[in-house]
This record gives sequence, C-alpha cells and structure tokens, in this order.
Amino acid sequence: MTFIHFAIILPLIAAFLIAIIHKYVKGIHLGWFVLPIPFIIVSYLFTLIPTIRNGDTLLLNLNFMPRIGMNYDVYIDGLGLLFAILISGIGTLVVLYSIGYLSQKEKLLNFYIYLLLFMTAMLGVVLLDNVLMLYLFWELTSISSFLLIAFWTTKERSTYGAQKSMLITMFGGFMMLGGFLLLSNLTGTFSIREMISASDQVTGIGAGTLAVVLVLLGAFTKSAQFPFYVWLPDAMEAPTPVSAYLHSATMVKAGLYLVARFTPVFMLSTTWVWTILIVGLITLCWASFNAFIKDDLKAVLAFSTVSQLGLIMSLLGISGLAVVRGANEQIFTVAVVAAVFHIINHATFKGALFMVTGIIDHQTGTRSIKKLGGLMTIMPITFTMALVTSLSMAGIPPFNGFLSKEMFLEAMFEISNANFSALASVGFLFPLLAIVGSIFTFLYSAKIVMQIFLGEETKETPKEPKEASALLLISPAILSLLVVVFGLFPNLLTKSIIDPAAMSIINAVEPLNTKISHWHGFNSPALWATIVIIVVGAALYYFRDTWIFIYKYIKDKFTINYLYDQGLHYITIYSNRFTRMLMTGFLRTYMVYIFGFLVILGFVTMLRTGLNLDFSNLAPIGIQDMILVGVILIALGIIMITKSRMVSIIMLGAVGFSMALFFVFFRAPDLALTQLAIETVTTTLFLVCFYHLPKQSKLPEKRKFKLTNFIVAVGVGAVSILIGLSAFSNRLFESISQYHIDHVYDLAAGKNMVNVILVDFRGYDTVFETLVFGIAGIGIYVLMRLTINNRKDDKNEERAEESRL
Amino acid sequence: MKSALKRAGYKQVHKQMNDVHLQFISKVAFFIILLFAFNLFFAGHYTPGGGFVGGLLTSAAIVLLLIAFDVKTLKKMLPIRFRLLIASGLFLALGVPTGLMFFGYPFFTHEFTEITLPILGEIGLHSATPFDLGVFLTVCGSTLLIIILVGGADD
Repeated sequence: MTFIHFAIILPLIAAFLIAIIHKYVKGIHLGWFVLPIPFIIVSYLFTLIPTIRNGDTLLLNLNFMPRIGMNYDVYIDGLGLLFAILISGIGTLVVLYSIGYLSQKEKLLNFYIYLLLFMTAMLGVVLLDNVLMLYLFWELTSISSFLLIAFWTTKERSTYGAQKSMLITMFGGFMMLGGFLLLSNLTGTFSIREMISASDQVTGIGAGTLAVVLVLLGAFTKSAQFPFYVWLPDAMEAPTPVSAYLHSATMVKAGLYLVARFTPVFMLSTTWVWTILIVGLITLCWASFNAFIKDDLKAVLAFSTVSQLGLIMSLLGISGLAVVRGANEQIFTVAVVAAVFHIINHATFKGALFMVTGIIDHQTGTRSIKKLGGLMTIMPITFTMALVTSLSMAGIPPFNGFLSKEMFLEAMFEISNANFSALASVGFLFPLLAIVGSIFTFLYSAKIVMQIFLGEETKETPKEPKEASALLLISPAILSLLVVVFGLFPNLLTKSIIDPAAMSIINAVEPLNTKISHWHGFNSPALWATIVIIVVGAALYYFRDTWIFIYKYIKDKFTINYLYDQGLHYITIYSNRFTRMLMTGFLRTYMVYIFGFLVILGFVTMLRTGLNLDFSNLAPIGIQDMILVGVILIALGIIMITKSRMVSIIMLGAVGFSMALFFVFFRAPDLALTQLAIETVTTTLFLVCFYHLPKQSKLPEKRKFKLTNFIVAVGVGAVSILIGLSAFSNRLFESISQYHIDHVYDLAAGKNMVNVILVDFRGYDTVFETLVFGIAGIGIYVLMRLTINNRKDDKNEERAEESRL
Repeated sequence: MKSALKRAGYKQVHKQMNDVHLQFISKVAFFIILLFAFNLFFAGHYTPGGGFVGGLLTSAAIVLLLIAFDVKTLKKMLPIRFRLLIASGLFLALGVPTGLMFFGYPFFTHEFTEITLPILGEIGLHSATPFDLGVFLTVCGSTLLIIILVGGADD
C-alpha cells in the first residue's frame, strides 16, 4: 500500500469525514474542508512528473483478488498521470469555485460527497491497470454523475437529464464490460498492460472485432460522440461547478482516455482508425453547428464540449495509424501530440468558460443569451476571462487553443494527402469537415463574446448585475492565466507531460522531442486554413441574419432526442402492459409462475439427462423421523382446511420447528439454531402483518379444487425429492468438504467449520447476503413509510404522531 | 400489536396486552436470550453459532419485549435507530475485508493472532469477528426495522 494507492481512495475516506464535520461544525462552508483533498493529491502527482519525464513508468502492485487476476495495481505513465493531474487539479479549482457558487442553504453535504465519490472513481479509471477495476470505477463515475445532475431533485429537467445520462452511459458501460471480458478471454489476462502487449492475439478474430466494437461503444457513449451525445446537453441541469468539472473537463474525457489507452489494441486494422476518425469529425461538425443556435449559454457550451470531444476523438483515430505504421512518420505523431495538447487546452479554456457562465448566472439570474448584453463594463474581470478563453476556443493566436487547433488542421491535411486507403478518393473531406467544424466553433465563440458582453446593456435580467466576488473569480482566473501561459510558452508542457503521454498512447519507446511552434511558414496549409476560418467565420457572423433560417429545416422529429424520448416512452408503456399482464396482485399467482417454471425445468432436465438414483447410502429412517413427518403432515393439513389466520400461522410455525428438530437429529446444530431463530422471527412478522391484511377473510366458504395449483404443488414436491435424491446419488466431482475439514484450523484458526465457511472461505457470499439483507430491510422500510404516509394524508390524521419510527 | 390482534378477530386483546406475568418474565428472559445470543456470536468460530444466528436471536429477544409491551414502551426502553444499525453493519461487513488491504493482504484474507489477557487467559483475536459483527448488526437492524415498522403502523 503506497501513497498513490491511498490517494485514489482518499476522497472516499474524506467523504466519511466531512459527513462527521458537517454534523458538528456549523457556520463554515463545507467546501473549505473538502478543498485540501484534491490539493494534496495534485501536489503529490506533481512530484511524480520528474520520473515520468525521464520516460519511466511506475507499476505499484496491490493484491485485491489475486486468484482471478483482479488486482488494485496502479500503473502510472504519461497518459495516466496527465489525466490524474487534470482530475485533481481542476477538482481543486472547482471545489474552490463551488464555495462561492453554492450557498450554505443548499444540500452541501450531498454535493461534496458525490463530488468526492466522483474524484475517487475518476482517479481509479485513469490510474488502475486492470480492466475489471476500470469498469468498476467507470460505472462509479456514471453513478456520481447521475447523482450530481439530479442534485436539484425537485426540478423535472434535472431528473430527466440524470436519467438520460444514466441510461446512455450505463448502456455503454455494460457493452464495454462485455468487450473487456472478450478481450481478457482472448489474451488471458485482466491487466491492461499485458493486454496491450498481447494485442496481436486479438487480430483477425471475429471475437476480437466484436470486443473492439463493444469497448468503442463504451468510449463513445461516455465521451458523448455522435449519435450518443444527446445526454450531455441535458446533463447541464447540474450545478455549474459540476458541469465545469464532470461534463467538460474530466468525466467526458474518460472515453478519450479509453480510446487512447487501448489504441494499440484498437488498431487491429485501419477500419477502426477510420471509424474513430469519421465519428469524431461528424461529432465535431454537427455539435458545433448546433451550438451556434442555442440560446441557453450552458447549452452552447455543452454542444461546444461535444464538438471539441469529437475533435480530440478524430485525432486519436489518426494516432492509431502511428501504431499500425510505426511511430516515425511525422503526421501520426503530430496527431497524437495535438490530441494530448488539446485535452489539456480544452480542460483549461472550457473549464474557465463554464465557470464564467456560472458567474453570469449567479450575478444576473439568467443564462439566456437574448436577455444578456453589455456586461463588459459591469463585469470587466469576467469579460477579460471570457474573451481570452473564447478566443482560445475559436483558435485565434496567441492562445493555446490556436496551437492545438493548428496542429489538428495540419494532421487533417496530412491524412488527406497520405493516400493509403480505400477512402483516399474522399480524403479531401477530412480537412473540409475540420474547417467547417472550426468555422462554427469560431461562430459560437464570437456569439458568446459579442452578444453577452458587448452590445446594448439590457435591463431584463432578474438580478441587478455586478462583478462577482473574488472567491468566484479565482478559479477561472487561474485557468485563463494558464490559457495565456500555455499559449505563449507551449514548450513548458512538451517535455514534461505531452511527450510522455503521447508516447504511452502509441506505445513508443524513443522520446518524441516535440517542439510546438507558433509559426510554420507561409507554406503551411494549416495557416491558410486558420485564415479562412477567421475570415469566413467573421463574415458569416456579420451576415448571420441572412442564413440563420437553415436551422428551421431541422425539425424536432428528426433529432436523436426525439428518438430517445419516443423510445423511452414506448418502452415504458409496453413494459407496463407486460407487467400488468403477469402481475395480478395475488401472491398465489406468482407462486404458480415461479414453481411452475421450476417443475417444467426440473422435469425437462430429468428427461434429458435421465435419473440415476442410488439408495444405498441413505440413512435409516428412525421412529423419531416418522413422528416428525407425521407432525408436519398434520400441521400442513390443518393449514389447508382452517379458516383462521391465527391457526395457519401457528401451524406454519409448527412445520418450521419440526424442520429444526430434523436438523438436530441429523447433527447440524448450526442449521437447527438458525432455523429456530428464523421461525421465531418470521412467526412474529406474520402476526404483525395482520394489520395490513383485509379485515374479513376473503376466502370463499367452500374452496374449489384447482387443477393447475394441484399439478404445480405435486410437481414441486416430486421435483424437489428427485433432485435431492439424485444429487445425493451422483457426485460429478470430489466434494470440497474434505478440504474445508482439513484446513479449517490452519488456514482460518477456527473450529466450527460452518461458521468458518461463512465468514472466511466463502465470505464473499456472506458479504452479498448481508447486503441483500440490508437492502431488503431499507427497501421495506421505504415502501412501508410511503404507504403509511399516504394513508396518513388520506384519512388518518390522528395517527400521524404515533406512526413515527 | 394490539389492534393487529383485534383485526385478526380477537376481541379480548386488551386484557392480554397488560399481562403482568408475561411482562415480568420477558424482562428476565430478555437478558437471558441476549446473553445467549452474544455467547453464540462470540463462540461462533469454535462452536455452533455466529453472527447471523446471534443477530436473529437478539432480535427475537427484542421482539419478545415488543409482544409483552408495545412499540411506544419499547422505543423508550431501547432508543436505538435501527436504520443506523443496518448502516453500521454494512459498513463493517464491507469495511473489514477492504480494510485488510491496508495491511497488505489481499481482499478478504482474514488475519488472526492470539493474546493472553490477565483474567480470561488466552484469547484468539480474529479479523472475522468484526466482519461477523457487521452481519450481526445488519440482520438485527433489518429484522427489527421491519417488524417494528409493520407492527407499529397501527398503534
């Protein structure tokens, strides 16, 4: 257990601590207690940079379940470290920002616990070297994102957005798990590193292709690629610090991380390169096209995030070629470096822009672009930050966005010239799409600056606008400063983090020695592309009234959103119908379903495999057994004929206690004890349930004989007896009991085998049983409270006081 | 409890519910059952017993009190929030196996040692005990939460 292992779960531990702090410390904003956590982690991660810079990687082993190869191994290389620094670094700024953004009246404890949960999840995703652990933490990010989007639970849009993001990303997550399992079957390992080194075993097999498709689905849903992007704009209902953190800087980049990390595996053939490249470019164009028309400032940024993710995705697609073709070719390394550089740049400028949006929302009370205007003079600091970051987003020199955008364009030109695939004839499309996407990026960036900060000052805002407090301004200011610094001195980053990260993506051994420069000479096509983007963009912005009508042709019915909504709507309706068809509300009907299925399954199995009964080893039947069976039979008979509930419950108890006696006779004291205790408790439970049953017994005076029930009942009895007998007669393999008997003392220091199995040998089962028990308890509690509360509201006001638990 | 029985068709419940004999005996029996339950819990590793049975018996003891008295009195006698029992139980049951990783063992590899105490003599210390305590608490908490809620809904 080293510090880095600890650092991953540090936020989770802190979540427990702040719950305690929240209870006893009032008056101080809870965020101040959270702030040190990401700060400690990021400071620690910075100390690792010198190691990574030299091209070394760290592999720190910690066994979790070594038997099945699921270990908590931390693997730090350039890529993992880059993401980890982003997560904890932006995390620090976001926590600081949230202190100013969320007032003490909000549910701060929930907010910070979810946020810390997310930090742990995200750090786990990028630092762990095990696909199963990666999946575990991956889903944890989806869950914490869900909780954070639905933070204002009373707003309908929030819950809608939360559900949408959950459904789409969890769908992708499941697919990804399937892909991982296939990959581990093919390569025989769960470790990502070993998978990559064994990636040639995946090549050319159908299962390998399927695995890649499934993992790509996971990456595309998480990183909001076309056509799965629809959840991200709706996720913007979350509080703005969350949008800045999860839905722009970190979580949505998990998909990019996945593609980058598995680049060597993905590159079985160039098909995947084209898939990733084309999906990325479509996402870039479509999302930036949509972003321009949105009125909600956050929606603009959401679509902008989607399009920027598409940009990075397409670059990662090209970088895959580096693996196929060898790392020495210039174009591929340009793409890898551009991807890594843009991940950093996007985190800085988009994070800052989201925070600026939050400031505007906080200070004016609205995010509608139509209602805002002329904020430049009122909020000069915010304006400066918005200007710097928007220009960077639009790709205008000398900011960092310009550098990576230019490298992106360069890579797109190179790939169209490279001429090495069936797609070569349409190669000119790549730079074209890239330029179109960039023009729209320019347009919406211009819109943000021009329509909110310049122009006429509007008086329509719900609140009187004024400059924000320092607390709100610090975080975006730091990020804007980074935008400028990285823009002017990009080579600060190349050696320390970009090169190592790029090297780990393409699995290169030799250092890349990247140099990022602002000026490539007049021969560079990227330069002319940038000029075209700015000129055309400016012209289109100026004449926007003349062409904006094209947005009207996009009908609501043709959007993916419509598809999603309708799909969900009909799924709900039909599953409701299906459920109603089966669920009659009578327990006995359900019993018929369940046991009927068991009978059919049991008999079919027996018919297919044949029965092999062996009576030689059975215990002799003594007089006590007969008496007990007699007691049980009499009790059951009484249950069938009695009309009193009390009598049937007591008789049911009698059956249970007789069973316990059976266990005693067969020398199973643990079982007997448990059975006794369970019988006691369930009989009481039955008694207290009286209240909730109808007053008069609805059973008819004379019960009709029901054939179905009879068949099912007899069938269940026959099947259970036959299964019991045949299980006793045939042993397919050696029983494990001898192992347990032999090792109960030396391995577990216990003498009671049953209990040692429960808490040690098969403790995992016990953990989950305990979980089920707890969940059942809490579930019944919640359901009962709902019924009680409803009843209370309806008629029984006077009971209100007593029914409190 | 009272009206539960009434609903079930028992008219003379009122008399039964203030049964002095039952109340007196259950006060004594409660502690005996509780002691037995704790004994089962701690002895579980060597003789029959364990967290699950222990938890069930403990709840049975409390249920006895519930039958002898009523929910209100029980709440006064044992001011425990059973939801917290479930939470802490689950925390222990999941925390112990995970916590073992901090000491360098794989997940769920129990550790044990033996120490000698002045009066009690040699005692085995086993990390399975806190784990089993988690099971104990969860079982106890869930059962009681349900029974008291369902039973307490009426009076």
